[in-house]
Amino acid sequence: MIIPTLFLITILVFLLVRFVPGDVIDMMLAQMSEQSGMGAELTADYLRAAMGLDQPLLKQYGIWMGFLPNPLEGDQFLGVVQGYLGESLWKNKPVLTELIERLPISIELGLIAMITGWALAMPIGIYSALRQDTTWDYLGRSFAIVMLSVPGFWLATMVIVYPSIWWSWTPSLEYIPFLKNPGGNLLQFLLPGFLMGTNMSGGLMRMVRTMVLEVMRQDYIRTAWSKGLNERTVIIRHALKNALMPVVTIAGMMLPSLIAGSVIMEQIFCLPGVGRLTFEALTQRDYPIISGINLVMATTVLFCNLLTDITYAWMDPRVQYR
Amino acid sequence: MAATGIQSSDIRKRRNPIADFFIRLIKEKPLGLIGLIIVITLLLAGIFSEWLAPYGYNQIILSDRLDGPSVKHLLGCDNLGRDLLSRIIFGARISMIVAIAGSAISTAISFMVGAISGFIGGKYDMTVQRFVDAWMCFPPLVLYLIVMSILGPGLMQVIIVLGVSMGLGGGARVTRSAVIRIKEDVYFEAARAIGVPTWTIMMRHVLPNILPIMIIGFSTGLGGFILAEASLSFLGFGIPPPVPSWGGMLSGTGRQYMLQAPWMALWPGVALAVVVYGVNMLGDAVRDLFDPRLRGGLGRFGGLAGHQEKLEKLVQKKKAEAEKQRASLRS
Repeated sequence: MIIPTLFLITILVFLLVRFVPGDVIDMMLAQMSEQSGMGAELTADYLRAAMGLDQPLLKQYGIWMGFLPNPLEGDQFLGVVQGYLGESLWKNKPVLTELIERLPISIELGLIAMITGWALAMPIGIYSALRQDTTWDYLGRSFAIVMLSVPGFWLATMVIVYPSIWWSWTPSLEYIPFLKNPGGNLLQFLLPGFLMGTNMSGGLMRMVRTMVLEVMRQDYIRTAWSKGLNERTVIIRHALKNALMPVVTIAGMMLPSLIAGSVIMEQIFCLPGVGRLTFEALTQRDYPIISGINLVMATTVLFCNLLTDITYAWMDPRVQYR
Repeated sequence: MAATGIQSSDIRKRRNPIADFFIRLIKEKPLGLIGLIIVITLLLAGIFSEWLAPYGYNQIILSDRLDGPSVKHLLGCDNLGRDLLSRIIFGARISMIVAIAGSAISTAISFMVGAISGFIGGKYDMTVQRFVDAWMCFPPLVLYLIVMSILGPGLMQVIIVLGVSMGLGGGARVTRSAVIRIKEDVYFEAARAIGVPTWTIMMRHVLPNILPIMIIGFSTGLGGFILAEASLSFLGFGIPPPVPSWGGMLSGTGRQYMLQAPWMALWPGVALAVVVYGVNMLGDAVRDLFDPRLRGGLGRFGGLAGHQEKLEKLVQKKKAEAEKQRASLRS
């Protein structure tokens, strides 16, 4: 199942960028001659050759994948299969190096967001379900609905604008490397990470609530109650153990939205992570970088889904692998 | 209770499904009703922007640059001296068009891809599903950004990109599984057995049965389209500037002036949040009222509490009656 999907992902990544129309090449030419200072050698044909666009489509794919010798790299077999994702059109730097440099920042942000999201969603969702139709339930659900409706970028803008007007405090919008100042770095990531997490927690909370509600209506919970077990045991040993298993699968499905959130948050808070790299590459039309990021992201998502499936099967004895 | 069991009022209630839907919405889903009111407001603002807005969306009054909220400009002015309220009202049009057109395209595509794939089945289905798998691995926002950078900014592009990619993603999956479920039903087999042409089966038997699911998909998707368009415009890849999009108003040159004129950052976001809230609430209500799987499922459980109360009252009443009878017998 996973191999054909992986293969299709590479085709999609490849084709997405290959559909760049001619006028974009012209636009790139104008942009590049303005900014890079290259002279007469910079022509549309040169650019096409630099992107490998002068070959027939199937051959291009073969070269990009590393099945055919790459004329740009001295006819070596250098492609995706060999772990080579091409070179940035602007920086003369392999895409993979650039990506690895930026990755820790996005992972740090994502981790903080994920921890915040779950830390908010779990207790609120569980409590909301156990005390269904009470004031606290309504409060919790309203919180979830508000978080689902409020766009993250607006929340972030508000956090930047209003504190600076009221208390003249602004979050630092300059990246502090972790090795230079670990405390400052962590503080800097806390705000965007917390915002991302809060924004995500709405959807998560609703799912946790539904799962717990569903389980609380099962026969075995009624049996547990009628056995005379105390509330603590019923909820922790019988209900949560069953309710939170499907929630694990959601953790895997969160990854794409986490990536999307990081593109926006890194842009607003000026963090040089993968999201910002994507954005920069898009504004500069640096398509090799875009392909590279796209491929890495999609593959990560695919393997994350696989990992989730395996974890689920391992946790739930009812699921059997063929 | 009447001897026939069915009363004339029951029959009248079921006559018009649309009227029935609205009656149930008002009776059972107060939040959905609030959502409906917000959505109607959005539609009115979007359709009648020219009449409702006090100024044009790009009408520049230089003397009022960065003016705060006042009687002249209810929500204040932006850095170019454009009335914010007018721009928000015109922005409603963009959100409305993107949401409705995008969701329609997405629903149509999810039907074409999902229903046909589920209907044909076999190797074709396998191939299409692997494509959908691969497609769903791409983080949506990144995918939109890439395609938008290739197509260039514009309303039409935004609608097509969002509609197609959302339709190929989740929508196709849901439609497909619904069609596969229908294929196992007896009426489907019966239609096959008496030799009804495939196209007729599709239109007469499959489509009406997955219609509720498609309506649910359409209505629950609307909010996502509004948010996605806003995010794209916020990042500068959506609707190009002079046209006001709520996401775009929060970005670009506007961002530089937000400290001097915080209302510029506040109101478009409020509009966005309220509208998405309304659309989501209405979508949830539509799902609850339409979804055949939920009909009588969770709803019945919720209703049981009420029934139990009634039952207890009845028992008490009977007990009291019995007590009375006993008392009268004794005396």
